[in-house]
Amino acid sequence: MRAPTQRYRNILDFALSSLLRRKGRNLSLTGVYTLVVFVLASLIFFVQALKREARELLVQAPDMVVQRLVAGRHDPILAAQAEAIRSIRGVLEVRPRLWGYYYDPAFGGNLTVMANEHEPIAADAVWIGQGVARNMRVNEGDLISLRAYDGLPMLFLVQKILPTESELVSSDLVLMAPRDVRSLFHFPEGLATDLAITAGNPRELPTIAAKIVERFPDARPILKAELLRTYEAVFDWRGGLMVVVLGSALLSFVIFAWDKATGLSAEERREIGILKSIGWESSDVLLLKFWEGTVVSLTAFLSGILLAYVHVFFFSARLFEHALKGWSVLFPRYRLLPALDGYQLTVLFFLTVLPYTAATLVPIWRAATVDPDAAMRT
Amino acid sequence: MIELVQVVKTFQAGLATPFTAVDGVSLSIPEAQITVLKGPSGSGKTTLLTLIGCMARPTSGRIHLHRLPGNVLPQLQAGDSVEITSLPERFLTAIRRRTFGFIFQQFNLIRGISVLENVMLPAYPTGEDHRSVEARAVQRLESLGLGRHLRASVERLSGGEAQRVAIARALINDPTVLIADEPTAHLDSRLSEDFMALMGQFKAAGKTLLITSHDPIVHGSPLADRVVELRDGQIVAEP
Amino acid sequence: MIQHPGILALLLASFLVSLLLVGAGWQGLRILHGWDLKSGSEGQLDLERRTYLVSTLVPFALVIHFLSLFLFIFTADNLHTQFVGAMCAAGSLAVNPFGYPALLANIAVCLVAGMWLILHRADTQGYDYPLIRPKYTLLLGLVPLVLLETWLQTRYLTGLKADVMTSCCGSLFGHGRQGFAAELAGLPPRTMQPAFWATFMLLGLAGLVFLRSRKGARLFALLSLGFLLMAVASLISFFCLYIYALPSHHCPFCLLQREYGFVGYPLYGSLLGGGITGLGVGALAPFRTRKSLVVTLPGLQAKLAWTTLALAALFTLVVGIWMAMSPLRL
Repeated sequence: MRAPTQRYRNILDFALSSLLRRKGRNLSLTGVYTLVVFVLASLIFFVQALKREARELLVQAPDMVVQRLVAGRHDPILAAQAEAIRSIRGVLEVRPRLWGYYYDPAFGGNLTVMANEHEPIAADAVWIGQGVARNMRVNEGDLISLRAYDGLPMLFLVQKILPTESELVSSDLVLMAPRDVRSLFHFPEGLATDLAITAGNPRELPTIAAKIVERFPDARPILKAELLRTYEAVFDWRGGLMVVVLGSALLSFVIFAWDKATGLSAEERREIGILKSIGWESSDVLLLKFWEGTVVSLTAFLSGILLAYVHVFFFSARLFEHALKGWSVLFPRYRLLPALDGYQLTVLFFLTVLPYTAATLVPIWRAATVDPDAAMRT
Repeated sequence: MIELVQVVKTFQAGLATPFTAVDGVSLSIPEAQITVLKGPSGSGKTTLLTLIGCMARPTSGRIHLHRLPGNVLPQLQAGDSVEITSLPERFLTAIRRRTFGFIFQQFNLIRGISVLENVMLPAYPTGEDHRSVEARAVQRLESLGLGRHLRASVERLSGGEAQRVAIARALINDPTVLIADEPTAHLDSRLSEDFMALMGQFKAAGKTLLITSHDPIVHGSPLADRVVELRDGQIVAEP
Repeated sequence: MIQHPGILALLLASFLVSLLLVGAGWQGLRILHGWDLKSGSEGQLDLERRTYLVSTLVPFALVIHFLSLFLFIFTADNLHTQFVGAMCAAGSLAVNPFGYPALLANIAVCLVAGMWLILHRADTQGYDYPLIRPKYTLLLGLVPLVLLETWLQTRYLTGLKADVMTSCCGSLFGHGRQGFAAELAGLPPRTMQPAFWATFMLLGLAGLVFLRSRKGARLFALLSLGFLLMAVASLISFFCLYIYALPSHHCPFCLLQREYGFVGYPLYGSLLGGGITGLGVGALAPFRTRKSLVVTLPGLQAKLAWTTLALAALFTLVVGIWMAMSPLRL
């Protein structure tokens, strides 16, 4: 029986046996290929995961935040302004927020200290993020000491450690009662860090922002959408920059692939000559080489992606952390939430398999179109 | 039957040193006979074989193949004639696969794979079912006394055995014509006699045989129906 | 320019496609110039070897191109968060004037390239390279088209700057706006619905007539192109309203997103595929009397016609199912 697919299967069989016969050469090629995929995939997964974390961080953020500027710098805002803003048409809710950074000298990093607005916390008690708990080596029920504005220590009971769902959001967080925040930072009554604003219809936010600036010229409204754009742009820019830097690595890989494909060994040439002489046609040899390339590419692509996945999501992308993350050093061990999507895989495929395959086309064609009678003339 | 009309093959035409390997050969090769092409090396024998065997195309001249086997191309019926000199490679190859089996001077076996796989290789691109090809290959090898070497690697074989593997491979697609280029060059006299006896069996089975050789065991053999002598790309004598 | 990995991938892909096609076009020129099948000279043998190079380069380039069409839309969609007011790919593409022309050029390349592949397939089945001239002439026509597409796409992608105010898909494809896209959305479902079904019926009819009598190949090709255009217009005008279950969301790109079960892929895939095979039937029509193609061409044409009809039916079936299941009634 002649099934139309049988030719492909027969030639695939032979391609696999050919690859195995030249193990050393093909392993070194696949190894380098895997490395290239691994590095690029790690980078893309990492940037994507950071973008997602940032997006999640902002899901909980208010639609708009209003800060006060004094001499171009962020300054506490009068909580009383909340009332005036609430009267603007379209504003649903205005919440004064109270928060600040606490520099922890022992670890050389900032903690975000925040008054909890959603659930009341007892006085002298805190809820802390995973990163804080890890760095301070504390568990629920332990006491921690923070130095107040005047240098005197304040003791807090760790009542709860925040859940791990998204560590990037909550890792450095210390939540406490508003009164404790004020006494820790010596924050005057009647002032807030900023105002969080919720609008009935998100489309009206730009209009509301304009009205706020009109009424309070020293106020600076920041829209969530703007923040999101900024984050995305920054992450994309960094990721893209790395891809460009890695581009040179990619280029040398392509040259390597070209070289490998052009430098067919004498033995391989002899074999193609024999195949042509015993009745294989140029397109059969092209198919053979195409299968070989596909097997090498798929192996390298899949193993590179698998390694990158482990690297980014189980080992927190050790290789890129410092280049890309660029915020508080508090997160040396946080874990990113695993996520893969077809888009990233397609982009990776375009950036790795495509140049490899394109580089091998012409050498393969040269090898495949050797004259069938060449084998008789040697 | 194969018919050649004024066939010329020139290499490096247009360059400073053109070389005409085959120079105006007209010849017809009858069916179910052994035709031997003899002549010194460089006389154009091998080039002529490659032209007849659809491996290369002549620079000019015409080659007709008559009474083709069936199943070659959708455009051709069994028994049709075809003129092959201007056919595209894929068509030439399709005709070659079903019509010609080649036995090379150097045997041209692929190292590192088994005897069986070597024999099956020409059938891979035809899209025939793997198992039926394998069954046929085993049967061909067994009939040539190589049954116990099926899984052996080809490097382990003696010269005579390697040639019989090459013969089995030439027969795998069941061609009507067998072409052998200097088949006895690497064999001792006894093995050469054996080879000719085998060719006699194929002739009896109805195959057309075309052999180049300057070995008297071949061209002097009583089995050879016809001996054509070539020199400098031209036919010099035909007894 | 935004250094998004997707953008880099697209730039790389379109650069490669252009490079490969320029290379193939150069070979095509040499082949058209020096072709002489009757000769067995080394020059002719070399040209015949080069046809294998072209038939390696072009299909590879076209596969990349086809994939990059979807990557292009997906990247535009992925980037919409960086443009104020853009809510999906429709908004991102409107960020600068090269977005939509690049998309259209992309689709045009897919159609022409698909036809080339069909001619190539037919050519390999004739024993005397029967289509060598039409095939390589078409290839030479394809090269500038691909270069134009690469230029438009590069201009679009390198011209992207985050935070540019753009119209979102809600306003771009909303009623009462000027411009090409708005006209599509403005086509009233009341007249579009019967027009779509009529085109579908006509295509089916022409297909059956062609398959029975082998007549009307060109009409069938024209109708399949018409069906492609009509189907896209209908998608924007009313089918997508059912799919989104929103009476005023006309965006043709959100169909590709997860929320709508990736329904856009079978829809656009079947339209593009059907357009290519349908045009292929017409493209082959002039050559059916060539002696070397008499045996194989009718079978190939029939296969293509069947594929066109099956893909059109698939499209109609998918939108029909969504229409039936949609809570929306117009």
